[in-house]
Amino acid sequence: MARITAGVASSHVPLLGVASDFDKDRDDYFGPIFAGYDWTREWEKAEKPDVIILVYNDHASAFDMKIIPTFAIGCGERYKSADEGWGPRPVPDVEGHPDLAWHIAQSLVLDEFDMTIINEMDVDHGLTVPLSMMFGKPDAWPCKVVPLAVNVVTYPPPSGNRCWALGEAIAKAVDSFPEDLNVQIWGTGGMSHQLQGPRAGLINKEWDNMFLDGLIGDSDHLRRIPHIEYLRETGSEGIEMVMWLVMRGALGKKTRALHRHYHVPCSNTAIGHMVLRPDNGEGLDMTGSETVSAIAAE
Amino acid sequence: MITEDPKHQDIHEYLAEFEDIPGTRVYTAARARKGYHMNQFAMSLMKDENRARFKADERAYLDEWPLNEEQKEALLARDYNRCLDLGGNVYFLAKLFSTDGIPFAEAVSTMTDMSFPEYREMMMNGGRSPEGVRSIRANAASSGETNEGAR
Repeated sequence: MARITAGVASSHVPLLGVASDFDKDRDDYFGPIFAGYDWTREWEKAEKPDVIILVYNDHASAFDMKIIPTFAIGCGERYKSADEGWGPRPVPDVEGHPDLAWHIAQSLVLDEFDMTIINEMDVDHGLTVPLSMMFGKPDAWPCKVVPLAVNVVTYPPPSGNRCWALGEAIAKAVDSFPEDLNVQIWGTGGMSHQLQGPRAGLINKEWDNMFLDGLIGDSDHLRRIPHIEYLRETGSEGIEMVMWLVMRGALGKKTRALHRHYHVPCSNTAIGHMVLRPDNGEGLDMTGSETVSAIAAE
Repeated sequence: MITEDPKHQDIHEYLAEFEDIPGTRVYTAARARKGYHMNQFAMSLMKDENRARFKADERAYLDEWPLNEEQKEALLARDYNRCLDLGGNVYFLAKLFSTDGIPFAEAVSTMTDMSFPEYREMMMNGGRSPEGVRSIRANAASSGETNEGAR
């Protein structure tokens, strides 16, 4: 049986992709950001996930204003890195998992989530930057990916509550997939940032950390945060954090935090990153290696 | 079992609140409709041959799109706040930033009252505080109170 063994949250600022591609990731500016992912890179090597369900948003790359799906799931065989205006990122193609993706898509529709199905598309920094942050620069990504795109550009995006419920339905779908698969779910984007207008540059450390705290344990209060609060408190682009709630919803009633990282700034944005384990008596710890246990014990 | 608890939200109240945020244009359906061709124009700059044609004669390239004169002028002037007012969205306008070869953060800084070095400095120091920029209404009320107090 397939199961969701962990949730990972991460910002997906395009500049992080540039830093990785041009080997600037350990300089004075980017060093402290990437250092916060070192723990996760070691942990992922031990976890060896088979598939990542990667919740992200497209930034006017695969989707323009012609079609705006609220929730879309990638059921294709593979996805190329998108040309976002300065050539595609030199990263490996992303391999899909059509069997699992179609299973999830069908299951979600029966659960009354009316998904858009994507068979062909390119994937932009929203999806490839988190892969670079978690896996570095391999010749091929170490696992398959099911892209799950959320509209957080044209208002209204889905509510936090709906995102959380989608996560719950995804977990249920994964549970009913017959093949034995180690599946992670990642929520990406955020944290506080505003890229437009005279208020651009807004950062709210206090609110961001309240949000990180809220992902841990058995409270589900984050799902009730209305859009207007994200807008006022975290800037016009902070709304991306609803995508983290898809991830959180998929982890069940209770979680515990394995790792947490927060840094300001990266370009216009506050970087947030967290690794969560569902904590509902499943005993899903895959970390066998002593290195990782040692790091985890610190 | 999916634990959804739907609460109806009135769309008019939902949208009205967006107008209360200082210095922010939320990308609503109304803006998306107004700026449809502006954003699709920006999208066309993802192709190398279109970027070359645009750079060779910006005005002529813009004239190929069903944009109004105000939108064309805002784009030619790189007046991004004006572009937002006319329905532009920053993720689409970003295609113009990269056509111009300027960093995203620099283009963003032109929408504020700061120079790029000042803006960068603000970000290095932790970014713009949300204090005093959450709500136009709340700001008006508190400046009213201050005036009351002064009297």
